[in-house]
Amino acid sequence: MRIVKIIAAVLLVAFVGIQFIPTKRNQSDIVPETDFMLVNKVPETIQKKLQVSCYDCHSNNTQYPWYNKIQPAAWFLEDHIKEGKAELNFNAWDSLSNRRKASKLRSIVKQIEGGEMPPDSYILIHKDAKFSEAEAEGMINWITRLKDSL
Amino acid sequence: MKNITMSIAAMLLMAVSFANAQEKEKMNHDHGDMKMDHSKMTNKQSDAKAETILSDYFSLKDALVGDDTKKAAQAGTKLVASLKAFDMTSYNKENQKELTDIIEDATEHAEHISESAIDHQREHFKTLSKDITDMVAITGTENMLYEQFCPMYDKGSAWLSTSNELRNPYYGSKMLKCGKVQKEITN
Repeated sequence: MRIVKIIAAVLLVAFVGIQFIPTKRNQSDIVPETDFMLVNKVPETIQKKLQVSCYDCHSNNTQYPWYNKIQPAAWFLEDHIKEGKAELNFNAWDSLSNRRKASKLRSIVKQIEGGEMPPDSYILIHKDAKFSEAEAEGMINWITRLKDSL
Repeated sequence: MKNITMSIAAMLLMAVSFANAQEKEKMNHDHGDMKMDHSKMTNKQSDAKAETILSDYFSLKDALVGDDTKKAAQAGTKLVASLKAFDMTSYNKENQKELTDIIEDATEHAEHISESAIDHQREHFKTLSKDITDMVAITGTENMLYEQFCPMYDKGSAWLSTSNELRNPYYGSKMLKCGKVQKEITN
């Protein structure tokens, strides 16, 4: 019984301790000129969907959930966002060449088609991020047209 | 006290490995310079590093023809390395810009191929093939290549081969012969 208490105490101390480790927050008030929405003529429905479903991890500005203040959740989020932005950052869209843009747009279409994006773990908390069948179709058509116009 | 010794040991270890890495980098650099001089001396038409990229691309293509996901993944990893090793200093400014772009894009596709299931590997192979074809247009190659084309896969997809015989990497055993030779690439 004593050992359980000791373990619990150690865990508690560790939990409190890690709260003091800082994480970098992905937040910015500036929308750079290279932003996807600024360089493309994006219909409003598509714009909204991209904002709600993609921009949290694929831009320089994340709308954080409340639990981001608590470790270790903050680490996971930081990691996901870093990964997401490395793959695609909508804010930096226009810094890509047409070759890279076409590649990215192709990936977006494939990921939405395959239901891989947004990830389930994200949808679990952000219900409105989920694509309905009609939304997916609309997005895929629009993105495909954009790709063909490059 | 134990903690302090530990952290001192860790720091020493870090310092040593950092110095080591720097040394290695220097060695690599020297090596690269040597290679470059060599290629300048010989015929400029063939770029040894581009040939390595091509040969890795072809082993990837053969793995896909053989429906072998694991081999394709390994070839993808090798391709990432050979793409990273590409040296474009002997090309002019405009070509360098294009090549940087091609290499960056191709690297990303090769990375995905190294960690995906076969359907996904084939998707990325399509764009990768376009990148490699564009690269060859700039670097040239020693061998005769054939651009082949399958009208069925994803609204039509091309790939490169060293043989004019058709072996479809997008369908493998399912439709090995689907497609046609659409272009011969010579130097």
